[in-house]
Amino acid sequence: MSARSYLWLFLPALALLLLFILAPAADLLRASMFDPDFTTEHFARLVTRGVYIDVMLRTIRVSLIVAVCCTIIGYPIAYFINLQPRSRQTILLFLILIPMWMSILIRTFAWIVVLGRDGLLNEALAAVGLIDEPVRMLFTSGAVLAAMVQILLPIQILTCYAAMTEIDFDLIRAARVLGAKPRQALMRVFLPLSLDGTITGLVIVFMLSMGFFITPALLGGRQDTMIANLIEFQVQRLNWSFAAALGLVLLLLTIVMIVLLRGLGRMAARRILKAGL
Amino acid sequence: MSVAGLNFRHITKRYGPVVALDRFSLDVAPGEFMTFLGPSGSGKTTALNILAGFTSATEGDVLIGDRSVVDLPPEKRNVGMVFQSYSLFPHLTVFENVAFPLRLRGASADTIKQKVGSVLDMVKLADFGGRMPNELSGGQRQRVAFARAVVFDPPVLLMDEPLGALDLKLREQMQLEIKRFHAEIGCTIIFVTHDQGEALTLSDRVAVMRDGRIAQVGSPQDIYDRPESQYVAEFIGRTNLFQLRRGQGGTWDIPDLAAAVSGIAEANLSQAALSVRPEKIRPVPAGAQADQIAFDAKISDVVFQGDHVQYEAVAQGGKTLIFQDHRGPGSELLPKGLAVRLGFSASDAVPVERETA
Repeated sequence: MSARSYLWLFLPALALLLLFILAPAADLLRASMFDPDFTTEHFARLVTRGVYIDVMLRTIRVSLIVAVCCTIIGYPIAYFINLQPRSRQTILLFLILIPMWMSILIRTFAWIVVLGRDGLLNEALAAVGLIDEPVRMLFTSGAVLAAMVQILLPIQILTCYAAMTEIDFDLIRAARVLGAKPRQALMRVFLPLSLDGTITGLVIVFMLSMGFFITPALLGGRQDTMIANLIEFQVQRLNWSFAAALGLVLLLLTIVMIVLLRGLGRMAARRILKAGL
Repeated sequence: MSVAGLNFRHITKRYGPVVALDRFSLDVAPGEFMTFLGPSGSGKTTALNILAGFTSATEGDVLIGDRSVVDLPPEKRNVGMVFQSYSLFPHLTVFENVAFPLRLRGASADTIKQKVGSVLDMVKLADFGGRMPNELSGGQRQRVAFARAVVFDPPVLLMDEPLGALDLKLREQMQLEIKRFHAEIGCTIIFVTHDQGEALTLSDRVAVMRDGRIAQVGSPQDIYDRPESQYVAEFIGRTNLFQLRRGQGGTWDIPDLAAAVSGIAEANLSQAALSVRPEKIRPVPAGAQADQIAFDAKISDVVFQGDHVQYEAVAQGGKTLIFQDHRGPGSELLPKGLAVRLGFSASDAVPVERETA
């Protein structure tokens, strides 16, 4: 039987996609442009008011920083896990997964406990004598970034790890015996071969960051508002059309950025690797 | 780089209580094609990994060209290696794969171009430099792996079951090519395989491995014609084993065939057996002949194989044996059930140490 005869297997997925993604997206588009008659007012408002542009740029910037941080922290952890004996790998992966069992809301609240005025971190620093006055950590951009990185890190670790397990260890041996020092084998063989998976992880983390809502709302200040927070605000005030326009913009920005990241990320990484040799 | 010999000196490798290699000692002459032949778990791959630097020996020393290498990392040993799965770098073109060891050695662009070009020429892949490994057939990948392993003129080349993944026809073709490459390059080759045919075809010498030790080392002909143990006799090719019992006045009895034999090399064997290759046994006319051991048997099975026929026969005492007819001019097929008188010459019979189970 040809592959074509199995196409019907896609039917449930297709139905779900149509019903719960494409149809709402189309409705979003309609809501943003008909209020109740056709209008571009909402989109015009988005691009002419500096504050909205700021929020968009911030959302992209924060997401980029989170994605890059997760990659820088996650890649070496995945590498370390991949080097361990099989049984220990299972345990370590299990530990990585544990935080993902808890909702983002709870994990965000945990950061309040840690970073608050009378939180664990402030008390610890005071106890050691490093500070006299509690340092303001909650409701800062740093708190938002730290929490987002912590929440999304397992995803990047697992994606990198999955890519690494695909690499045949004999390739590293081949590189070594052909004259590569451990670092050279890493740079010339291991890194290039795990690159695609790493960039995929980076894009996934970026994508998830773009829609983050609870964490900036709870841990950040006014200056940390992201698009999702803006949408929520507009929905609360029953500005459905404007909220819809924001939602569409978020969707478009995310798609554009993913395409850019995949393309540019791969190109840049290739160049860096080549120059680094 | 000149060709180098190498020496294994009392190499022992233990993994916990398991002894993978047991006081393994072997001298390989410069330019020699040496094959480690054995089943999996016999220690052949461990010996290769210790030579390459992937595994460290528990005890003992390895010398390449009179220089101890046990303390050197793999990249400092300057040996070429062809892996079982080829291990071509999937993200690099054929050209870059082959250029890899040269780049690491800081060769100039011109040198790289010239060397990679000439070695790709040798393996007949001159036009394939721009291809990616996944665009090549198995045989072509094999040749790229070979080119990559020799492009930097290593004095020693290691090959770890390099033909295992190829189908039979391609394997035979690659064997001849490897032979040609070896003649052309002249470097010392350590070849690891479990395929006895490959070992006999390619090698100057074969080391038959068993349980971390060398069971026998010698030229392919030595190993085949003069096996020292039942293990070697049975591992290389097929053979018939007849128990030997010491008779009177320097003769040996062969109870299985109700025959006696004299004049076989008096060996210092505690549990002796006589190994006779199937092609050495043939129908003989009735009546005793000097130097011939003859016996009556009945043909119990006939396997026609084109260029030869393999017969199974049961001797009068009940012992089953096999013999082959290589279908020279005028040879005829013997029918199943035929009673025949079979014989072999005493000089074709090799006394070996018998396994005591």
